[in-house]
Amino acid sequence: MLARLNLALLALLAPALSFAGDAISATEKQPLNLSAIGMFVVFVSMTLGITYWAAGRTKSTADFYTAGGGITGFQNGLAIAGDYMSAATLLGLTALVYTKGVDGYIYMIAFFAGWPIILFLMAERLRNLGKFTFADITSYRLNQNRVRTMAAVSSLTVVCFYLVAQMVGAGQLIKLLFGLDYNIALFVVGALMMVYVTFGGMVATTWVQIIKACMLLVGGTLVAILAMSQFDFSFDKMMGQAVSLHSLGEKLLFPGTLIPDPITALSLGLGLMFGTAGLPHILMRFFTVTNAKEARKSVLYASGFVAYFFNVILLMGFAAIIIVGQNPEFFEGGQVGGKIIGGGNMIAMHLAKAVGGNLLLGFLSAVAFATILAVVSGLALAGAAAISHDIYARVIRKGKSTETEELRVSRFASVGLGLVAIVLGIAFEKMNVAFMVALAFGIAASANFPVLILSMYWKGLTTRGAIIGGYSGLIAAVLLVVLSKSVWVTVLGNAQAIFPYDQPALFSMPLAFLLTYIFSKLDNSAEGNAERAMFDDQYVRAQTGFGAAEASSH
Amino acid sequence: MSSTSSQRAVYARIRNNPRFTELVAKRQGFATLLSVIVLTIFYGFFMVVAFNPKLIGQRLSESSYVTVGIAAELFMFIFFWLLTAYYVKRANGEFDDMTTEIIRDAAKEVK
Repeated sequence: MLARLNLALLALLAPALSFAGDAISATEKQPLNLSAIGMFVVFVSMTLGITYWAAGRTKSTADFYTAGGGITGFQNGLAIAGDYMSAATLLGLTALVYTKGVDGYIYMIAFFAGWPIILFLMAERLRNLGKFTFADITSYRLNQNRVRTMAAVSSLTVVCFYLVAQMVGAGQLIKLLFGLDYNIALFVVGALMMVYVTFGGMVATTWVQIIKACMLLVGGTLVAILAMSQFDFSFDKMMGQAVSLHSLGEKLLFPGTLIPDPITALSLGLGLMFGTAGLPHILMRFFTVTNAKEARKSVLYASGFVAYFFNVILLMGFAAIIIVGQNPEFFEGGQVGGKIIGGGNMIAMHLAKAVGGNLLLGFLSAVAFATILAVVSGLALAGAAAISHDIYARVIRKGKSTETEELRVSRFASVGLGLVAIVLGIAFEKMNVAFMVALAFGIAASANFPVLILSMYWKGLTTRGAIIGGYSGLIAAVLLVVLSKSVWVTVLGNAQAIFPYDQPALFSMPLAFLLTYIFSKLDNSAEGNAERAMFDDQYVRAQTGFGAAEASSH
Repeated sequence: MSSTSSQRAVYARIRNNPRFTELVAKRQGFATLLSVIVLTIFYGFFMVVAFNPKLIGQRLSESSYVTVGIAAELFMFIFFWLLTAYYVKRANGEFDDMTTEIIRDAAKEVK
């Protein structure tokens, strides 16, 4: 997820950051990287083996959506960390520190700070109330048809924009790292994703995520240790050289163009924090664990890994200023200070090569590919669940479909989403897709999050309020992104953006809250009163977990 | 997703148990306090970044490249994580013990 947000924020900084465009615009094809492909083949065989094993264990809808609720807190923590730390985290954030210094670190704390809040305010209620999708929670006491349809629509919108942004990024990256053709790369990613999700469901998706998170942590740590050894493990020694060599000099230590004004700061903080708390594939992860205890532990482990890795990235970025930035081998034409070979996104890869040779480079490239696969699989699964569980089983069949029927629909949905992702990925190859990320986060924060949090915390919420507030949040988020620079200027070619910020959440989220509140308050219908009356039982369940969905036995 | 009548009876029992009110008040108060701490420090830091960026780049000592900003952020990474650990410890220990007890009592009385 970080991946796509990363792209959005990089686009926000586009004029200042030369590599911002590289992340999403066409990249040049690199020579075929054999050691990387070799290691990637090992990863793929391993995950396919796991998928085969998982397929045998995926018999019920509970197995498919939530791995039967039998994932432990530690495993889920790793998987969440895996969802959160994508290829662009590794590549984009290292590059951000390399070019902008401390700005990159400021950016990382904003990504991190949402996790404690999710734990304190949401984790246990999510687990106690939800079963397969977050729509289970919002429609718990509200109108099943309308509220579930809305949740499914906004989930699918988020998932689709995310998937496309991820696919386009994936194609460019793979072209860059492995020297594979863009279209072939998309087919490989799409096909593997369909196999993992369709056959292995959440069990396979979770394990792919876990393996990838471990690879990422090991790879990053290895590069950072080898790099730091060149400075006798002294932060001051490294920084002294970095400051003297970097074109920014001392400015490396000061905030730069990332946060030019307080509104941007607030908008960034809000968007990251509450966008995360409204992403369907992240929310879904909370239903895979046995109980609220394990849900809390998941966040503890996940945030620990994320915090650790962000600090590793900081060291990598600073070390690269000296190790990569002074080595003519990594510049086009051997011109130090000129254009980096393969673009700014390659900083982390060049660093791996400089400190660990081709083997480490190959390993890190395989990690990046694995990361993409894991993230798109999580997204596809969340999208499939919205189609089969929310729309098909609950809204269309009114809960009367059998498990076999629902499972069949969910598998068709996974394949369908895979095909959509490939086709749109190819269609959007040349396009700047950064706006899709802003859109996904904006919708998550403005349509999903307000209704979700109010349904858990506020007795007064009614269907009418939720529907009006939720759809207004969705529409406002879309409109503001269209009027912002990433669509209005970059895509539509107008001279000046009408909405000056890239993250709509600061405006669309309060709007959604306000309208939900007003229309719930004004709702005096019998239906609304009945919904309020049902809050008390829901509240007890949210607090105690009594009556919560149990782990299915195997 | 409607609950059965026996479930509803248990919910009613739990609601009327003063221990439940105590649990909710304690846990919610604790969670709110921690959230306020995190949000205050986090947005406070962002306001310093926005309004007084000079302070962020100030070095802690002449000989060191550790700046106020780097130190503050490292502190946040560690401190916020310790707060999560503290919450998990209390919620999974003390609060969950209370919860188990409350559910057991309510279920017993209903049967």
